[in-house]
Formats: sequence, structure tokens, C-alpha cells
Amino acid sequence: MFIPVEATPPSFKDFTLILPAIAVGNVAQLAVDLIVSTLCMRRVGFLHTDCLVPMVGPSPYATSAKTAGELHTTAEDAEKKLAVLQIRSPIIHSRSRKFRKVLVSWIKASGFAQTVVLSSSHAYQRDDQQLKGTPLRYLVTPAMQKTSGTALTELGWMEMEKVSAFPGLVDTNAEPRLSVPGGGITKGLFTDSCQEELCLAVVLVFCSEGDNVPDAFTLVNHLNDWLLLVDNDKRGPQKWKVPSSWTLLFGNSHPPSIF
Amino acid sequence: MATFFGEILSVHSRAVEEDEEDENEEDEDILEELDQKRLACRYSDNGLAGASMMSPKLSLSKSASVDALFAGGLMWPRCPVWAIPHWAPVDPSCTVQHMEVHLEWYPSSNLMQCTNLIIAVGSNAASFLSVYVLTSESWEAVGHASLCNAGNQNICGQTSTEPACVFYRNKDIPAVIICKISGYIEEDQQFQWTEKVFGCFQQNGLSVTVLSDSPVAEYKNVDFASSSSTPFLLCLQTNSSTINPPCPLLEQPNIFTGIPAAVLSHCQVNQIPTVAYQCYSDAISPDSVTMETYKLAFTSVGDIKSFLRRFLRRPYVRFINVFLSR
Repeated sequence: MFIPVEATPPSFKDFTLILPAIAVGNVAQLAVDLIVSTLCMRRVGFLHTDCLVPMVGPSPYATSAKTAGELHTTAEDAEKKLAVLQIRSPIIHSRSRKFRKVLVSWIKASGFAQTVVLSSSHAYQRDDQQLKGTPLRYLVTPAMQKTSGTALTELGWMEMEKVSAFPGLVDTNAEPRLSVPGGGITKGLFTDSCQEELCLAVVLVFCSEGDNVPDAFTLVNHLNDWLLLVDNDKRGPQKWKVPSSWTLLFGNSHPPSIF
Repeated sequence: MATFFGEILSVHSRAVEEDEEDENEEDEDILEELDQKRLACRYSDNGLAGASMMSPKLSLSKSASVDALFAGGLMWPRCPVWAIPHWAPVDPSCTVQHMEVHLEWYPSSNLMQCTNLIIAVGSNAASFLSVYVLTSESWEAVGHASLCNAGNQNICGQTSTEPACVFYRNKDIPAVIICKISGYIEEDQQFQWTEKVFGCFQQNGLSVTVLSDSPVAEYKNVDFASSSSTPFLLCLQTNSSTINPPCPLLEQPNIFTGIPAAVLSHCQVNQIPTVAYQCYSDAISPDSVTMETYKLAFTSVGDIKSFLRRFLRRPYVRFINVFLSR
């Protein structure tokens, strides 16, 4: 359930929505953090649902001590030229289908013009054709293909390849299928959106668990080529502002007293 | 995955494998069938009614294979029957799948008068209330929550006479209600627990204080190792809370999880003034030094400040010793 921060709910009519899928390496969440932080987006509401593991913390984008005490919960929206939904905690496994339904119905009710799902997939499960070229892929629903399909083809993006149902076996009856291993709700959300005729695109990167900050920059730079969120003249990570919540991603430093 | 020492570990990913979804559908069908069989068993066999009615509440495993044991006629729950809290309500609608949270209020609980709700979660926080506040005779139990989950089975075994979550009210000041949570609440029960509990209280004029604890190993800070001394208290408050907290605010990248997070989320979206305190301690079991830390939190509980201070002046040292020697 979307709960606005202010008394008058924001209108998302004809906005572009960017949201992450909780997937391998949390790459999409890191990428969304970069977008919110760089564009200094303000929080406009919460997605209050029993499908996510409860979690709260101080402002993840705090730039000063004054804002450091602000409370942030599991998911939030920020609004400027586009709306961004950040999901900060894992989806409760048994409620992932319900969560997809909640998302799809909210996207439909809010009237978003298009939705972009950022995601990631296990690099080690790529097949031969997926190993070729860039690790970035995209998927579009039929509705999205009509509006933005050409633009993505012109950018030279690679569509996510379907994999054979039985790798290594030649079976003419088995149709290749879409597979996003480690992608969480990505495939389910994409399939639901196709059925509901939503304008939705998935942009994903193949990666492995570890330090996934570089993957997040790769993904967000790739997305920027299409949506032009920030000025593309700046090169490298300098154009993106790293939020304060990224400190100590790998825990505390060693205690000096041990030596 | 093999570790450096050669142990084989299953690789854990935060992402859910897409193929699991289909299996899950199947699991749900199987579990539903098992539940129906189990219900049929309850009513057909009066001799085993007590045990069979309890078994679904205590066998909350997501694995169908474990539940199949119960469906196959083995009615003995993993937790001995004697360990089941005697007041746990037996509700035929409580099935393994649903993991329901049941609230039961005793007559004359009159929750509408409550304006200050104090929730203690975790062994140290719950023990603090037991030792410093609830030892007075002016507190009476007004209700409890029954939770069925796998984590509570152990707790059942340890404290056979106490439910996981009990609500107390002060006889002299009915505006104050204390909720002491000494049991385990599953991740997928936390939201439901919060919604149900807060649904029983009047939201207008309510202010909430949450006391919780966490291992200091989970605390992240650049210069923590050299400057901080444990135990210490940090807090986080909702936007509608206007009090000046007596301890530092939790800083990035630390977070609250569990019931404190569920309560803060609920209160944030419903604009209920709430402060949650988390005590970081290096003690693995309740200890008096850690419990002392929570006293600080009680110096800011608005209009009940003087009332609480009255209780906190009595340290109940003897009781602490008895408590810790268990």
C-alpha cells in the first residue's frame, strides 16, 4: 500500500518509474541509490507492505548531521523528472507473488508512462551465447516494444537471450525459455507485466556476489545512455554521487588494539 | 562452496531462484492438503486431541517433509506437550501455513485508556523490565500474544509458564501499558503482529517507546573499536516524535530490524510519536550492566517520567541475582 508523506498524494501520471529487483549482489538497489543520491530526489511516500522484511534506519542520503536522524523505512519513492522506488529489504519468500501483484496494481493505478526494472543475474549461469559481448541485457514487454523498442535497438543494446530448455540436447519440440537465474522477482514481474500489458523494460547485468559497486556503476551508466538522467559529458563514477549509507559496506575496520 | 578449511557450505543468495516459485506452488498445495488431513485427524481422535491440536502450531517448518510426519499419524510435536503454555488458545483455523499471531485480552483490560505503550524486545530489554519495573505489585497482566513459529519451540522448552509476549498494565496509572516480548517472532509475523497490536489501541494521543538489544558485533562505525565502550544506547525516532532523546541517534549505515523496525515503520506511516532505543552489548546473556543502560531511555518518556523514575530508584538487586542464576 502506497502511503504518501504529505497530505496531498503526488501524481505520477505519465512519469517514468525506476525500481530495483532484489537480485544477486544487490546491484539494482545500489544503482537506484546512485540515482536518488545524484538527483537529490525527495521522499514522497512509503510502500507499506507485509511482503518485505521490516527494516528502518537513518536517512541513507544524509549529507549533514541535521538530516542524519531522519527515519527511512523499507521502500520509498522520490520524485523529480521521474519516480524511483527503492526497496531496502528482502522480499519474504512466500509472499513474492503477492508483492508482484501489489507492484503491478500500484503501477497501473498510478498511471506511470513506463517502468524500468533494474536487475542482475548470476554470471556463472550464462550459456555460450550470453558469454559473448557486454554483460548488460534488456527485456521489453510488447507494449514497451511499440514505444521504445526502436530506441533501444539504435543504442545497440542486446536483448536477453532465451536459453534452451535442455542445454546440450537437440529437441525440436522444446521451445527456448526466458531464464533470469538469481534475478528474484524479475522474471515473474516481467511475465505479469506482459499479461497486464504494462509498458515495462528490464535492464540487467550479469554479475557474481562480491563487491558489486562496480556493477552498480556499470548498470546505472548503461541506463543513463537511454534515459539521460545526468549529463553524459562527465566520465566515469564522478558524475554519480555515492550516498553516505555506502560507508563500511564490508564492516568495521580492524581494531587497532589487536596489534 | 568449499571454505578455506574445506567445509562444504550451501551458497546463500539474497535473490530467490526463479525456479523455486513453481516448486512453491506445489508445496502450497501439498501443505494445504496436509492441513486438511490434520484437521480431520483432530476431530476424529478425541484421545489425541490435545496433542494433535497443538502440533500444527508447533511444527512451523516451511518444509513439507517435516510436516508430512504429522500428517502420517505421528502427532507428537517437536516441542513436548508439557512445554506448551497452558493458555495458548487452540484455534482450528491456525494452520502451519498461516503462522497466525493470536492476541488475547483479559477481561477489564480496557486498552482505550492507554496513551503510553512501552515495548521491550530481546533478552536484555525484557529482563530490564522484569527486574526494574514489573517486580512491583502494581502491575497486572492484561493480555498476551500467542505465536506459532519454529523459533518459539526452544523458548517453549525453556520457559514453560510464560508466553512469548505479555502485556502488563499499571493498576495506578492505566495509561501505561508494557509489552514484554521474550519469545521469537518470525520475519513474516512481525508486520502482522504490529498491525494486530496497534489495531487494539487508540491511535490518537498514543506515544510509543521501544527497547531492544543487539550484539555489538553488528554495530558499524569508523572509529568504533578505539573510542566506544559497551554497552551503549542509540535511538531512532519517527518524524512525529518531538522529544529530545537522551542518547545519540543511530547513524548510517546501522539499521534496526525485527519488531523495533516493524513498530517504527507502522508508527512512521501512521504518524504515531515513537522512539526506539537499541542497546549494543557484548554480553550474550542478560546482565545487570547492560540492563542499567536502559535507565537512560526512561528519562524521556514524556509525562510518565516521574512515575517511571519512582520505579527505577529501586534496583531490586536480590531479584537480579536470582534471575541471573537461572
